[in-house]
Amino acid sequence: MALLQISEPGQAPDPHQRRIAVGIDLGTTHSLVAAVRNGVAECLPDGEGRVLLPSAVRYLDQDRRQIGYEALAARGTDPANVITSVKRLMGRGLADVANRDAMAYHLSGADAGMVKVQTAAGDKSPIEVSAEILATLRYRAEDTFDDELHGAVITVPAYFDEGQRQATKDAAQLAGLNVLRLISEPTAAAIAYGLDNASEGVYAVYDLGGGTFDISILRLTQGVFEVIATGGDSALGGDDYDHALVGAVLARSGLQARDDGDRSALLVAARSAKEALSQAETTRFVARVGGADVALDLSRGEFEAATAGLTARTIAAVRKALRDARLPAGELQGVVLVGGATRMPQVRRAVAECFGREPLVNLDPDQVVALGAAIQANQLAGNGGSGDLLLLDVIPLSLGLETMGGLVERIVPRNQTIPTAMAQDFTTYKDGQTALALHVVQGERDLVADCRSLARFELRGIPPMTAGAARIRVTFTVDADGLLSVSAREQVSGVEASVVVKPSYGLSDEQIATMLQDSFATAQQDMQARALVEARVDADRMLLATRSALDADGQLLSADELAAIEASMRALQDAQTSDDAAVVEAATKALADGTEAFAAARMNAGIARALSGRQIESL
Amino acid sequence: MNLNDTDFELFGVPATFAQDRAALDARWKELQREAHPDRFAAQGSAAQRLAMQWSVRINEAYQRLKNPIRRAAYLCEQHGAPIAAETNTAMPPAFLMQQMEWRESLDDAHDAAALEALHQEVVAARARILSSLDWLIDEKGDYPEAALQVRALMFIERFAEDVEARLDP
Repeated sequence: MALLQISEPGQAPDPHQRRIAVGIDLGTTHSLVAAVRNGVAECLPDGEGRVLLPSAVRYLDQDRRQIGYEALAARGTDPANVITSVKRLMGRGLADVANRDAMAYHLSGADAGMVKVQTAAGDKSPIEVSAEILATLRYRAEDTFDDELHGAVITVPAYFDEGQRQATKDAAQLAGLNVLRLISEPTAAAIAYGLDNASEGVYAVYDLGGGTFDISILRLTQGVFEVIATGGDSALGGDDYDHALVGAVLARSGLQARDDGDRSALLVAARSAKEALSQAETTRFVARVGGADVALDLSRGEFEAATAGLTARTIAAVRKALRDARLPAGELQGVVLVGGATRMPQVRRAVAECFGREPLVNLDPDQVVALGAAIQANQLAGNGGSGDLLLLDVIPLSLGLETMGGLVERIVPRNQTIPTAMAQDFTTYKDGQTALALHVVQGERDLVADCRSLARFELRGIPPMTAGAARIRVTFTVDADGLLSVSAREQVSGVEASVVVKPSYGLSDEQIATMLQDSFATAQQDMQARALVEARVDADRMLLATRSALDADGQLLSADELAAIEASMRALQDAQTSDDAAVVEAATKALADGTEAFAAARMNAGIARALSGRQIESL
Repeated sequence: MNLNDTDFELFGVPATFAQDRAALDARWKELQREAHPDRFAAQGSAAQRLAMQWSVRINEAYQRLKNPIRRAAYLCEQHGAPIAAETNTAMPPAFLMQQMEWRESLDDAHDAAALEALHQEVVAARARILSSLDWLIDEKGDYPEAALQVRALMFIERFAEDVEARLDP
């Protein structure tokens, strides 16, 4: 007879149960989901064994949609309802979108907010379209593991600004994902690459995706990935090479694209010609335009000439990043290529020329970002494995405030390691001024008009003083996801105001809640059931974390403190049996609040341990 | 060990101007390993908040310690000789004369060689003052004089940026 397993009192039956955490590369052209299984990161395939999910969503009518290959296949017949490259629209207003005329679907942007895409299911925000892709990947992962996901690390281009990052996080939330962290794509690639090769030293990651370009310079030392500098262009990618090729073909043939069908056909043909020219010196460009078949021979030389300006733009960004890093190109250990667009020979050649060395390409440029994200997700979920991996990333663009005359006062300079908090003192302009309008902007230019506006808020109730007498300290805090919050405090009176910067193009929490209610598989009942499941999972997570904290550092607590925490844990265990999500959540919060001081003490002990480790070493 | 410790205490290094950059870099990573929010991602929002405070504080100290001008300014401030760069702009006439000459040279520099020569001069002046700070702070403990030199360095730094902007448009 088998012995029944009985766990220790106060311990979970399986305290080492793995939490399912995935890495998601939400790309312009295609998206992937990866996870660490049996200690190895791998991309998860769909039912037909394909790991790539084309980032395409087709809206058939109010309720039906197709995602991925199916949607892409309908590009020829239903171009206006097949939404591709939606990543380029994230966090963007109508005026920001380049190449609008060449797109096969239609945008609207009535208010000052983010653009919307006009579809058979009504106007859809890029966040909603992205959420469809993310939800598809979530289901794929849940089917693979036959389990709920604990959370996900989502990658964003390093050069994504606040609005684009926030939009990505909103989309993940809308897709029902618990976002463990947003990390930048080149950093994710460096993790996969660095851990695979056990590399040390300074590396450059050149990441040319479908719609975005990033260059990051990183220093790898003993599992620490320190980003030294980053640069790029969040509106430059393989898509632009397609558009440039279409332009060249139209110019040469004297043809014109007359409707969505023409535009769509030309782009599809350009993409396959581009891919063919990565292998062969010449190819045949074939498309049906204006009811007639167009066919012409294209050489690699012609393609390269038509796109040389784009490649040059990436190299200019590389030089700027190297300057920011204060490193000569020769000091690098290696250059890693990421993104499908780096398959183009002219790109490889330009990179090799710029760095004076051949780039490294031994990992699949399509998969490497998702793999790195999966490794980080696994670690963040507490599954361990990769041991001492630590990311020290930076913000890509400076953050500042508008001052008199439409000038920008920079508060957080670009390439600052996050998380960070930086403050600056400002004062009033007029006698008796009692309010201050604060305008938060992002960018490198000196004029507000040339930077991206992120948020506006007001500090009111400043006691009347003579001009220049008030001392208003404005603090910018950027968290580990690269998301900003701003607070202002008048030092004499103590009046305060703050905003979590939800950029003008972002969604409010209410909007997200409404969308969640309106969206796909989330009828009211499902919502409640889901909330309860999530509340219970959160409670488990909190109980496990507290238990392992008590095991590790229980000696930091007095007998009374220990008793109080144990009482809160028992209360939470009781509450978990309730069918009311709110009851479970309240008990979880009570335990979180009750352990805050303990968490602080543990952290202090951790830092002290780090110090004493050093002192022993140096004795 | 708490958030209000000085940068030097936090990093466990002597409170001197002279610092070993490699040691600061290694220490920074060691501290972030303990305190970074990623280390507490599985432990709820209260732990995240605390980790964030620590991590921010460690980054702040690192930025200040690794930059010689900011490090000198910090030491001066701690010893009752604040830099007060906005209000205290009185500089010795000889220094101001040199600044004016530099500005004129920059305006007159029309080729890379002239810019490069000027850049060399500025870099040398910066190095001279930095080595004088070593002595003023660590040997002599003359913080008011050191504060004056830090203000001079801030002028030179700004000028150096202008020269670099011309060199590297």
